Amino acid sequence: MIPKNGNRSSERIMRNVMPDALVRVFALIRKELLAMFKDRRSRVSLFLPPVLQCLLFGYAATYDLNNVPYAVLDQDRSAASRAFLAKLDGSGVFVRVANLYAAGQITDYIDNQRALLIVQFGQDFERQLFAGLPAQVQVIADGRNSNTAGVALAYVGAVAEAFGGDWLSGHGQSGPPITVTMRAWYNPALETRWNMIPSLIGTLTMLQTLMLTAMSVAREREQGTFDQLLVTPFRPSEIMIGKAIPSMFVGITQATLVLLVAQLWFRIPFEGSFVTLYAGLVLFLLAAVGIGLLVSSFVATMQQAMLFSFVLLMPFTLLSGLTTPIGNMPPVLQYFTYGNPLRYAIDIAHRVYLEGATLAQIAPDLWPLAIMAALTLPVASWMFRHRLT
Amino acid sequence: MSGPALRRTLPRDKIRRILALIRKESYQVVRDPSSIAIGIVMPLMLVLLFGYGLNLDVKNVPVAVVMEDSSPDARELAAGFQLSPYFDAFLVSSMPIAEQLLIARRVDGIVRIRSDFSRELAAGSADVQVVVHGTDANTARIVQGYAQGAVAQWAARRGAEGRAVAAPPLAVQSRLWFNDANDSRYFLVPGLVVLVMTLIGALLTALVVAREWERGTFEALFVTPVQADEILLGKTIPYFIMGLIGLVLCIAGAKILFHVPLRGSIAVLIGVSILYLLVVLGIGLVLSSLTKSQFVASQLAMLVTFLPAMMLSGFLFDLRSMPTAVRMITYVLPARYYVALLQTLFLAGDIWSVIIPNAAVLAAMAGGLMLLSGVATRKQLA
Repeated sequence: MIPKNGNRSSERIMRNVMPDALVRVFALIRKELLAMFKDRRSRVSLFLPPVLQCLLFGYAATYDLNNVPYAVLDQDRSAASRAFLAKLDGSGVFVRVANLYAAGQITDYIDNQRALLIVQFGQDFERQLFAGLPAQVQVIADGRNSNTAGVALAYVGAVAEAFGGDWLSGHGQSGPPITVTMRAWYNPALETRWNMIPSLIGTLTMLQTLMLTAMSVAREREQGTFDQLLVTPFRPSEIMIGKAIPSMFVGITQATLVLLVAQLWFRIPFEGSFVTLYAGLVLFLLAAVGIGLLVSSFVATMQQAMLFSFVLLMPFTLLSGLTTPIGNMPPVLQYFTYGNPLRYAIDIAHRVYLEGATLAQIAPDLWPLAIMAALTLPVASWMFRHRLT
Repeated sequence: MSGPALRRTLPRDKIRRILALIRKESYQVVRDPSSIAIGIVMPLMLVLLFGYGLNLDVKNVPVAVVMEDSSPDARELAAGFQLSPYFDAFLVSSMPIAEQLLIARRVDGIVRIRSDFSRELAAGSADVQVVVHGTDANTARIVQGYAQGAVAQWAARRGAEGRAVAAPPLAVQSRLWFNDANDSRYFLVPGLVVLVMTLIGALLTALVVAREWERGTFEALFVTPVQADEILLGKTIPYFIMGLIGLVLCIAGAKILFHVPLRGSIAVLIGVSILYLLVVLGIGLVLSSLTKSQFVASQLAMLVTFLPAMMLSGFLFDLRSMPTAVRMITYVLPARYYVALLQTLFLAGDIWSVIIPNAAVLAAMAGGLMLLSGVATRKQLA
């Protein structure tokens, strides 16, 4: 909140330089902040959820697997198949839940979700290995969540690769002739969390900032105080600024909280500069607040404000690259994403946070946000007075 | 005029009062464009977005193949990447160029074939370097797997032609049950049913009931002969019907537009959906009675129902890989049980050993929440 004395003295200075407009805007901002924070529950509901969500999603929202239950149907029962299983068990990803005796048991384990994978060795697994024929490991996966199954199968593939290399060098043959060395830039261990948490800086702040703005105007309309505001000497642009700045203040605070959790709790190294990140965030919040104000100019009640902003926020979140890559979307939808402020915010957060991008490098993300803000904010303030109803 | 003796009237009057309340609520729903937006427009939009927009299947990944070696061996390996359906490979001559492309995100990975590749291959062991852009960790890992596969395939082809490369000694043969084509739509589209039901059930109910508290119209209802349980029924039945409409829209979209199989029976699907709908309606009612504020009720509804339904239900992210503390939280959330039911019913069939325990938990939650919301409303009457 604005410190009382500082505000008073700055008011006196302002009165000499740019008398009325600024004084009025400051008064409005002060009133808005008081309205926002006077209720303890809404105070809590503004700052606690981002932190909780960030913590929860940091742990939950991961495509990385570490506890895959699997069952074995080993018809070979040889040293080779046991060595393979030992590698699987030692990988830290797989947990063996059962040793099966008959193929008929497979259905039961998969259907009831007791195992995600069934690893099956034929009778001649070891014999074929010794004979130099390609030996086969059969893997059946539960495809009800095909993404999880695909990741698990890729882990099995990596274990098989390692086993194959060991087998060749352990049995007098030369090692595998071609090795593939893998390196991942910006996220050496390829942790989903490193991708997810910086994305949340934009996502969580937008969810609340946009809704908060839309609802604060809608609440005044519902209670009739907005009409009172319109008959005061405030100009619509001043009302707009008075509504926008407190929401942005909340948004910046939430973003800072998420950033703190990312660095202090999850210890994701920050590569870029805070000035660049905050410059991007301010532009993003201007666009988000502009959209919120625009929504509020179309609605009559808080319920409408809430639900319409939700109808907007859903596609914004889904088409932002948060959960699935934008490059996988069909071209038509990719065009839609160009009008989505969150797409740019997530890109800014990733590039500055993980890759250390400079202001010039994120410029392609900045100007679309600036255009969105420049379009939505004036239209919203014009709509304050020119609404139809 | 509304003494307790008068209130204990005939069941016929009770039904009449409930019907009157339903009518009043239905008018409110139909006349407010925002209810239509969330009840009809939102499910349709989500079906289309989930069906066409969200895709976890990685194909045509742009990669740069750095040809520091121009021998026939190296060219052959590069051709392997160019022919692969998973890659959109183009050749560059030096590593700095490729790195520039990766930094600009023009490519998602680099395959580097070093200048001594064919010499080392002849000597018995060569190395291919793969660099991926790690920001999107999931895609990066899939790209790594594909790259490994492309190199292994090339090696196997050479081995089969009897050239100087030993084939890998073993192969993994995998099969994906319930989703042979490995189409991520198959699990995303059923998953969206849970989002739609949660939105209509919890968010909408929380808002409309909190509004009555906020405006004081609930007190106005209390002084009429209408009883608390009648108010609750009159409030929930219209939104219950809206939830069912959303469900039908989602199932129809999944079947007609995206040909997602429905291998279980539709009766069971509707039965468990009704249970889940009752649970989220109950949560909405309890939240609004407790907070009596539209803003706080809607924020809480988002926090305890919608976001967990998206992130903690097993619909996108695997529950077993979450830390124990987080996994414990998921057991309290109804979405987890509903997603398990949906995935099984859509893709696997009527497997009773999955259906009965999950449905039982939902039924218990629904009963408990309905009782709780009755208590929360009745207390305010006194």
